[in-house]
Amino acid sequence: MRIACLVKPVPDPEYYNRISIDPVRGILTRAGIPVVMNPTDRHALEEAIRIKEKMGGEVVIFSMAPDDAGGILKDGLAMGADEAYLLSDRAFAGADTLATSYTLAKAIEQFGPFDIILAGNESADGSTSQVPPQVGVWLSMPSLAGIIRMEYGESFRVWCDVEEGRVEYEVTPPVVFAVKRGINTPRYIGIKGIMAAKSKKVSIIRVGDISVDLDRIGLNGSPTRAGRIVVPDIGRKGETITGSPGEIAEGIIEGLRKAGVIKEGMI
Amino acid sequence: MDNKNVWIFAEQRNDKIMNVAYEILGAARRLADKRNCEVYAALLGDHVEHLAEGLIQHGADKVCVVEDPLLRVFTTDAYTDAVEAIIKNFKPEIFLYGATTIGRDLAPRVASRVHTGLTADCTGLDIDEDGLLLQIRPAFGGNLMATIKCPEKRPQMATVRPGVMEKLPEDASRSGDVIRFNVELDENNIRTKILQIVKEAKRTVNLEEAKIIVSGGRGLKTPEGFKLIKELADALGGVVGASRAAVDSGWISSDHQVGQTGKTVKPELYIACGISGAIQHLAGMSGSRTIVAINMDPNAPIFKVADYGIVGDLYKVIPMIIDEIKNAKDASSVL
Repeated sequence: MRIACLVKPVPDPEYYNRISIDPVRGILTRAGIPVVMNPTDRHALEEAIRIKEKMGGEVVIFSMAPDDAGGILKDGLAMGADEAYLLSDRAFAGADTLATSYTLAKAIEQFGPFDIILAGNESADGSTSQVPPQVGVWLSMPSLAGIIRMEYGESFRVWCDVEEGRVEYEVTPPVVFAVKRGINTPRYIGIKGIMAAKSKKVSIIRVGDISVDLDRIGLNGSPTRAGRIVVPDIGRKGETITGSPGEIAEGIIEGLRKAGVIKEGMI
Repeated sequence: MDNKNVWIFAEQRNDKIMNVAYEILGAARRLADKRNCEVYAALLGDHVEHLAEGLIQHGADKVCVVEDPLLRVFTTDAYTDAVEAIIKNFKPEIFLYGATTIGRDLAPRVASRVHTGLTADCTGLDIDEDGLLLQIRPAFGGNLMATIKCPEKRPQMATVRPGVMEKLPEDASRSGDVIRFNVELDENNIRTKILQIVKEAKRTVNLEEAKIIVSGGRGLKTPEGFKLIKELADALGGVVGASRAAVDSGWISSDHQVGQTGKTVKPELYIACGISGAIQHLAGMSGSRTIVAINMDPNAPIFKVADYGIVGDLYKVIPMIIDEIKNAKDASSVL
C-alpha cells in the first residue's frame, strides 16, 4: 500500500485571537505566532502509519508551503512517515483551494502511483475542507470526508460523520480519505523516531520538477480573490454579578428575567 | 459572459428538503433581484418532483428536477456528475449550496470539474457594484471575516453555513416552472458503496436549533462536572454543550462541541461554565441572544462576550442557580 499523506503547516490555532489587521497596510499580522502541523493532519498521518503497519507499504508526506516548513515535515517523518515532498516555489504562491489541490495532485501523480491519499478533514486556518475532495477529482479518485473510523483489508470500510448520525461506506483503493480528529490518538514522537527521521529525506520540489500547466497554479490558477478582511467585533458591555453564591443566583435569574430570556412559566 | 441566473442546490434527504436549502433560496432570491435574473433550484433524487412546489413557494422561479434511482441517496460520484451536467447545460452565474456534510463534499468536487472558484462556509452574501458575488466567510477560527470574489470564472460558487440566511415565508400564491432534466448516470461510476446509514438518537438534540445551551469547559476540572452542567440544562429545559478542551480531555463526546468547524449556535440563552473562551469557541457562540459566563479567572476572554459575568466557583454557584430555578418553578405552579 503506498499512502500519500497531505500535511499543511498552519499558524498555531492557540494564537488566533492574536491575528489582527495592520491598520496602515490592511494586511494580516501574525508576527510571533508559531507555525505547527495542522492538528487534524496529525490524525491523518497517524492513520496512514497504522495502515502501513497493518498492510505494509510506505507513507509519503506531501506539503505545499515555504522552504522553512521542512521542520514540520521532519516531525511527520519522526512519527513514522518514510519520505516527504515539500512543494515550495514562488510560482505556487497565492493559490486558492483549486490551484493548491491541482499542484498537490500533480506532484502526487509524479511521484506515484499511490493507493490511498489521506488528509485532515479541514485546516485550522482556512477550514474549507475543499482540498482533499478536489485532489480526488484531479486524480480521478473517489473521496470520502468526515471519517471517524476505518477498517482496512482488501477493501476499506469507512464510517463518516453526518448531521443525523453515521454513514458506513465500502470502497476499494485508489481513494482519497479526509479524517476527523476523533478517528485516533496520534502517537507521541519519541527519541527513536527523531533519530530515525535523521536519515529520512525531505525533498524540496520546485515548479520545474513537476509537470504542471502554469495557468493552473499559484495566483494565476486561482479563480478566487480575497478582498477586505475585518476583525468582527463580538464584544459586549457585560455586567458583573457579585456576592455570595446565593446572591449571585438570585441576581442571575433576575437578570435573565429582565433580558426576557426567562419568562414566567418558561421554566 | 453568457452565464445567467442564481442557482441553489436543493438538498433533500429521505424525501425531505433540508432547512438550509430554503435558507439559501431566500438568499438567492435577494441576489437574483439585485441581478435582475431568476432563481433556479436543482432538485436531485428519485421520485422527488413533488418537492418542487415547496421550493417555488420559498422563492424559486424554476425547479430543475433530475430523477434517477442512483440519486436516491447521496453519493459524491453520482451527485457530482449530475450537478456538473446541469452547470454545463444551464450555465448559471451563481450556484449556492448549504454547507452541510453533503454540500461541503459535493461543491468542491463540482468546482474542480468545471474549473471554477468555491468559497466555503459563507455567513454573508451580497452583490458588489460590478455585479460580482461578495462571499463573506470566517477564517482563523472566526477571528477574522474575509470577503472573497470570483471575478472571472463561472459559476461563482459558495457553500453557505446553515442557520445564517433568512428563508422567505412560504407563499402558496407563488408560481414557477418545473424543468425535467435528464442526466445519464452509470452505476459503475459510483465508486463508494453505502453499506448502511445509522441514525443516532442523540443527534436529535441539536445544538444548532437549541433555545438554551449550558456548556462546560476545562474549568469543570473533572468529567463528573458535566453531571452538574446537565442538571442545570435540564432545569432550564436546555441542552448540554462543551468546549473543545472538554472534548479533547475525553469528558464528553464531540457531538456536544460548540465552535468546531462550521458549528455555530445562537440560542436565546448560552451559559458558559468553566470555559475560558478560545476564539474558536467565542466565534461559535457569540451570536447567542444572552450570554452568561461563570469562571474563576476574571481575565478569561469569555467575559468579553458575556452579558452577565460571574467570577466564582461554578460548583458553588450553579447549585444555587438550580435551586433558584426550582423555587421559581414552584412559585409559578402555585400561581
